Amino acid sequence: MRREIPLAITIFVGFLLIFSVFFPPVEDLGENFSLFFDIIAVFAFFLGGGNLVRIHGKKLLKRKPDWAFSIVTLVGFFLMLAAGLFKIGNPGDISSNVTAEGSLFAIMYDNIFKPLGATMYALLAFFVASASYRAFRAKNREATILLSAAFVILLGSTPLGALLTSWMPDSLSILEIPNLAVWILSSPNLAGQRAIIIGIGLGVVSMSLRLILGVERSYLGDEGA
Amino acid sequence: MWNGHIWGMKVHNLGVILVLLVIGSGLLWLLARALRGKEVDRRVIFAFIFVSVAAPLLITMTFTFRATPIVEAVFDKIESLPPGSHVLISYDFDPAMAPEVQPMANVLTRHALVRNHKVIFMCLFATGQGQLNVTLRDVIAADFPDKLDGIDYVNLGYKAGNEGVLNVIVSDFKKMFPTDVNTVPFDSIELLDGIKSCKDLDLVISIGGGLPGLKEWILFVGDPGGVPTAGGVAAVVAPQLYPYYPRQLLGLLGGVKGAAEYESHFRERYPQFDDMPTPAIIMMGPQTIAHIVIMSFIVIGNILYFRERRKGRRV
Repeated sequence: MRREIPLAITIFVGFLLIFSVFFPPVEDLGENFSLFFDIIAVFAFFLGGGNLVRIHGKKLLKRKPDWAFSIVTLVGFFLMLAAGLFKIGNPGDISSNVTAEGSLFAIMYDNIFKPLGATMYALLAFFVASASYRAFRAKNREATILLSAAFVILLGSTPLGALLTSWMPDSLSILEIPNLAVWILSSPNLAGQRAIIIGIGLGVVSMSLRLILGVERSYLGDEGA
Repeated sequence: MWNGHIWGMKVHNLGVILVLLVIGSGLLWLLARALRGKEVDRRVIFAFIFVSVAAPLLITMTFTFRATPIVEAVFDKIESLPPGSHVLISYDFDPAMAPEVQPMANVLTRHALVRNHKVIFMCLFATGQGQLNVTLRDVIAADFPDKLDGIDYVNLGYKAGNEGVLNVIVSDFKKMFPTDVNTVPFDSIELLDGIKSCKDLDLVISIGGGLPGLKEWILFVGDPGGVPTAGGVAAVVAPQLYPYYPRQLLGLLGGVKGAAEYESHFRERYPQFDDMPTPAIIMMGPQTIAHIVIMSFIVIGNILYFRERRKGRRV
């Protein structure tokens, strides 16, 4: 029964959700299930938070390598949690907006979280440059095509691209770098992206059918299924 | 920033020339070394990127842009809607993406408000709420102090559930947002009179670059609900959205360039905002120089590769 009941629920809900798309009388059911999903999604925060405390708490207690960083993580987590839950410094009451101007949560968000997040992302510029130097080599025909396309897109996303080819006559405007960049995005890229999207779509349909029909049972713990 | 004159030349112009000379001569030196078969140390690459990003930010380096059709389509849509139309702007991003997409959110909000549209804000990212505060402070409080919360704009806040949220609000807003972010009941918000679901909106705009984002808005709201959908995304995500343009996605602002094109176009159309902050236009300076530097390093890398390959053949 440990397997049969979850399987029956999956089959029932799966078919119900498919019917709710095609049959207006059960349309509301699909919407309600989405609502249930959203409520369950909220509990993922508890799970995530709990997991974070458990992993870093263990690391700290057992003095594992880099345990000092776990202190920063846990202090940051509990401080942000307390500021948000108790609305510390909020100009309004407990029901007011958690990120209201002047609240401790907003102060920490603006002055700690935002600069840290932007810094992490900005570091990518250095790694992208270094990786481009090492990896973008015209080793074969395919790599050369990729390299040429990358050059056109890089130039096309700057004013320099327009400047370099602005002398071209109108009859050759398609060869202007910004226009070439648009062509790459809207023709070869479009074809490739569509192929990927259709492939993913078909994959999702087949995977969903396997789940609904009970062929795929790995989510129940059947590793061999 | 000081913009004085030295020998009749604007200092920022002189600064630009100096920056280009320093970077250019440095690259030529590396090129000459590469021709002799000498590799470039990764710390040298980092130093070049640092200078090419930092210097144009310190020295004013601005460009004017012509909006591309895909950007112009968003502008024209907001422009063509009658005043009082309901425009939803969803903040689906975090601080990491903010430098690239926050300028889009700000200029789109400014445009919607100057056209007297009713703006509904919401977030599918928990961090979107913090980014929305930036718009509320830098755009609404600064440029539209007479616009009122609940009448001209409303902040519905964040809801967990990703696509699940969209799946519900496409047919019923109140089920997912019984109140706004300040716990004002949905029914007592004047701006939301006559709005039952996303289908009653005149335009939906998603700003982001992650998951959930613009793609999910198209799949769960725009297409099934027949709601005009547009958006702004980080440059790396933009190519993935081209398959939806123009039938399911009416227009797109891709990366800093898309934002800069919109800012330029908006300033041209509304000269009263000539002195508004234009972070995207400013960021195009570092982007341009950094792209040139990256391309130069790719060329240098290839010179070294072909040199080595030729040497290998000889042996």
